[in-house]
Amino acid sequence: MEDNLLTIHKLRTSFLIDGEFHRAVDGVSLTIHRNEVVAIVGESGCGKSALALSIMGLHPKERTRIEGSVEFQGQNLLQLSTAKLNQIRGKQLAMIFQDPMTALHPLLTVGRQIKEVMDVHLPLSTKEKKQRVLQLLEQVGIQTSAQVYQHYPHELSGGMRQRVLIAMALACDPVLLIADEPTTALDVTIQAQIMELMKELQQQSQAGILLITHDLGVVAEMADRVAVMYAGEIVELATVHELFHHPLHPYTRSLLHSLPSGQQQKLHVIDGMVPAIERLKRSGCRFAPRIPWISNELHEDDPVLREIAPGHYVRCTCHQHFYLPADRIGDETDAPFTAT
Amino acid sequence: MIAFIIKRTFLMIPQLLLLSVLIFFLAKQMPGDAVTGAFMGKPNVSAEQMEKIRQQHGLNDPWIVQYGRWIGDAIRGDFGQSFVHKQPVTQLLAGRIENTIWLSLATLIVTYLLAIPLGLIAGRWTGGFADQLIVTYNYVSFATPVFVFALLMLYVFGFVLDWFPSGGSVDIRMEEGSMEYMGDKLKHLVLPVLSGSLLLTYSTVQYLRNEIIETKVKDFVKTARAKGVPENVVYNRHILRHSMLPIAAFLGYEITGLIAGSVFIETIFSYPGLGRLFIDSIMARDFTVVTALVLISGAAVIVGTMLSDIILRIVDPRIRLG
Ligand SMILES: Nc1ncnc2c1ncn2[C@@H]1O[C@H](COP(=O)(O)OP(=O)(O)OP(=O)(O)O)[C@@H](O)[C@H]1O
Ligand code: SF4
Ligand SMILES: [Mg+2]
Repeated sequence: MEDNLLTIHKLRTSFLIDGEFHRAVDGVSLTIHRNEVVAIVGESGCGKSALALSIMGLHPKERTRIEGSVEFQGQNLLQLSTAKLNQIRGKQLAMIFQDPMTALHPLLTVGRQIKEVMDVHLPLSTKEKKQRVLQLLEQVGIQTSAQVYQHYPHELSGGMRQRVLIAMALACDPVLLIADEPTTALDVTIQAQIMELMKELQQQSQAGILLITHDLGVVAEMADRVAVMYAGEIVELATVHELFHHPLHPYTRSLLHSLPSGQQQKLHVIDGMVPAIERLKRSGCRFAPRIPWISNELHEDDPVLREIAPGHYVRCTCHQHFYLPADRIGDETDAPFTAT
Repeated sequence: MIAFIIKRTFLMIPQLLLLSVLIFFLAKQMPGDAVTGAFMGKPNVSAEQMEKIRQQHGLNDPWIVQYGRWIGDAIRGDFGQSFVHKQPVTQLLAGRIENTIWLSLATLIVTYLLAIPLGLIAGRWTGGFADQLIVTYNYVSFATPVFVFALLMLYVFGFVLDWFPSGGSVDIRMEEGSMEYMGDKLKHLVLPVLSGSLLLTYSTVQYLRNEIIETKVKDFVKTARAKGVPENVVYNRHILRHSMLPIAAFLGYEITGLIAGSVFIETIFSYPGLGRLFIDSIMARDFTVVTALVLISGAAVIVGTMLSDIILRIVDPRIRLG
């Protein structure tokens, strides 16, 4: 398709742990269109960052094996040399990192760090670059741009640093922005401000965004489509509206039920956590161990991602039989619910 | 920054005072004194005569008076008379201080010129062939005693190949201040400097290598790469700058180590510096000289520490404002 910005096809990322490769991302396929915000949600450790860094080519080469393809503007990013990739990174393809406290160089001034992106990509004079940095800083809501230009990162608050990182990512007007949990490390009030800013900037720039988060509230706010990831796989993919109104996969439903909302009495807590990649079983449904009240006969051996409605994909066939324990309380008909 | 330097300089005064008191008492504790040292091996000087000389030189005064006299003189640059050389200690030190400073400075510069690229290569391509070579070199130089290596250098390059002079700091036939004079001084420095720095590099190389290995997985390095910064710049600017921090901070202390190291090197290459004078004076129980030298090296340690503090402030903005 013409307006495909990024096409990820069967991406598989494995890390060398104790002499063996283990998959952190396992067969992910996903497309992002121009001017589209695609969110990736999932718990900690499900492979979201591993996916983002694979796209950016930022994994350490010696310990990582990446298979599949990542098509960006007609080129497979996975096959590019570092030098070729460097012509794209920071220019058409930019990234905002999870932790603004550690993502900036502590010994270089903010201005210099933003300017460096232009040093690499834009044929501007030093004066023009500085001008543009100041302008970018103002664009991300930093009024005192001239002072902040001279500042070192430790002189700024977390929210300010994240603004700086956003300014840095926008320096060359990228067509695709990957934002890996841009607000997780920030205070709640600041989170809202930064998300607001991201939304505003997205509408101005028309850039595509791959937004990684585990905050479903943010997803509802920002995204057009959502991919739910579990243990390295996409388990459900749909438009935001579809996903929130007709969630199908048990994991999606568990996640949605863990959101506080008006009518709901009890919050569902998903017991356990995403298994470490070296302890992940490779056959059968990966989520089954965390929903033990669903009997074994109901599980599928090797669920594949199927299109259940136009644009709505689910990796699960037996979802009709799924229920959350909280839904069944007081419902005496059958109570196989023994989970803690 | 200027305020800090001034403050830090004033802080040295109590440190230096404490040092001087300490040294004064240590000197007093040593068996025998300047007089016994001066008349060692001269049995025709009687105990009474010695006592008389002691009285004359004020060696029997209360310690506070002696200390006051000693420190007062020292501040005025008068460290007393050398009993062995029969000349003022200050005169004895004059040319030697300069020589040792040249030797230390050159050793320091050569050490860093060698260590920084080696550490960078080893840290960047960890486990590679170059890294293995460098690590091996490190082990060898760590295990080799300075005097063994220096003697080997002296033998091979000084005697067998005769490429470099084997002793002294300058040919006495040279005219002071001329180009040849400077050139000859440099030529005399080559062997002592190489012997020192080839062995000294290992700590810096090892340190830098570990720092780089630690730094290259940091988040801000990912940020730099995500910006499209070329790999060489990522290493030479982002990673090296961060990894050099502890090394820059260590520079001042490194000077201290060099002073200690100069004792061996100067003795082996008969280089007329403080280190050799120190050994000679101890052997001859020339206590005024020994005390002056201990005081000078102690002061150098204090100044080195101050330098480290100041350098760290200059290179690390996080401390600068704190
Ligand atoms: N470089 C690596 N080497 C080895 N294992 C890794 C590496 N990076 C990630 N992993 C493992 O891969 C899995 C997925 O990690 P990832 O960082 O992608 O999770 P995430 O979804 O981003 O979580 P979070 O929300 O905490 O950021 C985890 O089990 C993690 O331990
Ligand atoms: S219902 Fe079946 S396929 Fe669906 S998540 Fe559970 S085990 Fe997997
Ligand atoms: Mg992550």
